[in-house]
Amino acid sequence: MLRERIRTAGINLKGTLRAIRDSKVPARVVQSNAGLLGVALTGTLILVAVFAPEVAPHDPIAQNYDATNQPPSLEHPFGTDRFGRDVFSRVIHGTRWALGLGISILVFQILLGVTLGLVAGYYGGLVEAAIMRLVDVMLAIPGIVLALAIAGMMGGGIFPLVVALAAVGWRGFARLVRGDVKSVMEDEYIEAAEAAAVSDVRIMLRHVLPNASASIIVYATLTLPAVILQVAALSFLGMGVNPPTPEWGAIIEAGRDQLQTEWWISTFPGLAIMITVIGFNALGDALRDALDPKQSRPL
Amino acid sequence: MIPVLFGVTVIISSLIYLAPGDPARAALGNQADAEAIQEVRADLGVDDPIYVRYVDWLTDVLQGDMGTSIVTGEPVSAMIAERLPATLELSIVAMLITFIIALPLGVAAAVRQYSWLDTGSMIFAIFWLSMPSFWLGLILIFLFAVQWQIFPISGRADSFLTLEWLSYLALPAFAIGARRAGLLTRLMRSSMLEIINEDYIRTAKGKGIGSQAVVYTHAMKNAMIPVVTLVGLQVPLIISGSVIIEIVFAWPGLGRLLVDSVLRRDYPVVQAIVLVYSCLVLVANLAVDVSYTYLDPRITYD
Amino acid sequence: MKRGTESVADGTVADPILEVEGLRKYFPIQGGILNRTVGNVKAVDGVSFEIGDGKTLGLVGESGCGKSTLGRTVLRLHEPTGGRIRYRGTDITDASKAELKRYRREMQVIFQDPASSLNPRLSVGKIIREPMHSLTDWSREKRHARTVELVEEVGLGTEHLGRAPHELSGGQQQRVGIARALSINPRFVVADEPTSALDVSVQASILNLLNDLQAEYDLTFLLISHDLSVVRHSADRIAVMYLGKLAEVAPTDRLFESPKHPYTKALLSSVPRAGPERMEDRILLEGSVPSPENPPSGCRFHPRCQEYIGPVCEEDEPVFEEVADGHRCACHHYE
Repeated sequence: MLRERIRTAGINLKGTLRAIRDSKVPARVVQSNAGLLGVALTGTLILVAVFAPEVAPHDPIAQNYDATNQPPSLEHPFGTDRFGRDVFSRVIHGTRWALGLGISILVFQILLGVTLGLVAGYYGGLVEAAIMRLVDVMLAIPGIVLALAIAGMMGGGIFPLVVALAAVGWRGFARLVRGDVKSVMEDEYIEAAEAAAVSDVRIMLRHVLPNASASIIVYATLTLPAVILQVAALSFLGMGVNPPTPEWGAIIEAGRDQLQTEWWISTFPGLAIMITVIGFNALGDALRDALDPKQSRPL
Repeated sequence: MIPVLFGVTVIISSLIYLAPGDPARAALGNQADAEAIQEVRADLGVDDPIYVRYVDWLTDVLQGDMGTSIVTGEPVSAMIAERLPATLELSIVAMLITFIIALPLGVAAAVRQYSWLDTGSMIFAIFWLSMPSFWLGLILIFLFAVQWQIFPISGRADSFLTLEWLSYLALPAFAIGARRAGLLTRLMRSSMLEIINEDYIRTAKGKGIGSQAVVYTHAMKNAMIPVVTLVGLQVPLIISGSVIIEIVFAWPGLGRLLVDSVLRRDYPVVQAIVLVYSCLVLVANLAVDVSYTYLDPRITYD
Repeated sequence: MKRGTESVADGTVADPILEVEGLRKYFPIQGGILNRTVGNVKAVDGVSFEIGDGKTLGLVGESGCGKSTLGRTVLRLHEPTGGRIRYRGTDITDASKAELKRYRREMQVIFQDPASSLNPRLSVGKIIREPMHSLTDWSREKRHARTVELVEEVGLGTEHLGRAPHELSGGQQQRVGIARALSINPRFVVADEPTSALDVSVQASILNLLNDLQAEYDLTFLLISHDLSVVRHSADRIAVMYLGKLAEVAPTDRLFESPKHPYTKALLSSVPRAGPERMEDRILLEGSVPSPENPPSGCRFHPRCQEYIGPVCEEDEPVFEEVADGHRCACHHYE
């Protein structure tokens, strides 16, 4: 029970569904302090990512050997690195990489996890046993270890990074969706559709999935920050986005040796990651509470 | 557990097919001569059908032979035996730190719900959870090793269970443990709250048993059940955390060996390390299941 | 609606549209370390009956007796464990999914809980059109025209078509469920407790609607209910079910006038009647329904029976046999 609740982040499907039909959800998200914080932070981050070239005062990659390793100033709010690149501009552009990569990976995780979870929950029996066994197997391998092995074996870079993290992250979605599908399948409209000889695919897509989607949205919001952290970690280890790309983990790694003297290079991208993670977690928690005020328990 | 482990071996042995091009050439580099490459190809079994390669590899592993490193020529099992203690030591101490922080804080937050302590622990949890662990590690090094010079910057002591040993271990273990403690504090709190509000606790209070005694004798043991579940869930997370922290602190454990081997395309070593990590997770899960029966006699495994 | 009893002398129904023979449906109980089957819930355990074309068979019994399972198994919404189902002379017990699609056009179902039987994410119009989409080759225009025709026929208006199910009352939701079932002009409809989730005030109107539609479309109904008074109102014949088996089948009037099975008598005595009633006339059923996983030996009703006649009730299973014209009963009293 508890194991399940932790893995599904405390989301309750039926309660969430009841609530999603009422249009007061956005209002309720903003009502709580955490929700307000989440909306404000994630909203700002998305705007910054979209308008990064406009927000950043400098080119994030352009080197300037007349201004290397400068401490924070009005000209360079976060200072410059050893190539004279403006750290503030790099952090601003890093928003694009963090959100862009994070969301793309999340999309693949959802496609894979939701499909497998849906098929497992719908067909049951051997199909379900096989898929859930695969989930168990994947859960036995620590996430970062498997991601490292996959990304490393594929040679590193952006595409291997996406593949590796998608391959690791679908498990949670599969578990969540399979459970929700099983509960939706108990509803009589599924039997009504069967009595009307509606095809399996159509039942899954038209009747089952829409009724199981509320918790997927909440879970996805809560998963995004974890994915962003993983992307940064793999890049930090040299297995993801490579320099000079302004990705936060890669920037931290590049400034690592200079921490003693030029502390600003690694410090600011780390803070950016923290803010992003706090923002999406707060939004996800508020979304869950707003969709399901009675059932949810804070973790 | 055995079928799961079996599945893990299938996944591990198929990792090599992810490598672009010739895995032997990737490992040896472009200058390697054809003969050496052919030898490594044969060793890896790249030319064999997929199932032959798998069965060969599995038979070897079951006999304790994990192959030899393509890069150094050392037996993989020796490399792992050398590194495993460092990783175990780091993970166990990290786990201890997690619990030393989280259990008292979680219980206190539940008993004094909505107090400053409760709010404080919440902020603490969010704070640690949102911090990338490698970045936290760097900050810790900067503050405690460079600025204040309380702990050594990195590496591992030669001695065991000495003050020196502890001083090397302190920062990396804290970097892993603090992050995990954030979530565990919240979970301990909600688990305690659920139990405190259950009838038998109220009855015990009603019987006049002091509320402190109630909390510690009646509630704790029951609150431990979800906590034990959590230990099981923590193990893969602590291991994942240790991989990166080992890099940051130059800790000579399995994680560093994994990253080095991945970068060097040393496939036999990578496969063996992933297998060892998975075994650690599965053993931890088994231990959790066994301890359930101790904590709650109603749970039996037939 | 009742057009007289048309049972023929041998106890079967003339011109049957549906014939069920020894039907069984067991649900396995999984347990143990390997999730092996450790037992069976015998929800339906050897049931035989027929329904005449254009007639209504009422199926009554306490909740948990397997009547809903029987209704679903007859439609092959559950896979039968054993026995035969014949629809208009064709054996459909083992029909493949593709073959079954032909019969789905003629066999539909109305569910007990309208709130659960309508997809909350679809509009009323889409819900009603779904069977036409999957079972007919009608054009889009024809499907839409038929939908409009249907909503009016079941007493709703076109303004309801765009609404979501939760915007309707329970009675209105059940009308949508009826419109969906009738959209493809079926011949045989299983109505599973169509009124029991509704307010008493709307129950009668839904039953009247079903009666009117039956007359108009020449429908055959299997009307499932726990409430004898609901069934009496509409059924030509009534089957009484107890713990997975039929206890008694008879034409409606006969069943009410001279019930044979002690269980039927007990059920009848609990139906409220107009006029003065003496308490001692009522037969109170003692105890609760035993578990269908492990039913009592012999006659399944013997632990609660008021007319227990001896060890034979505990040892031998009574045969379901003819006691009068078109009247069958499974009780040792009549053997």
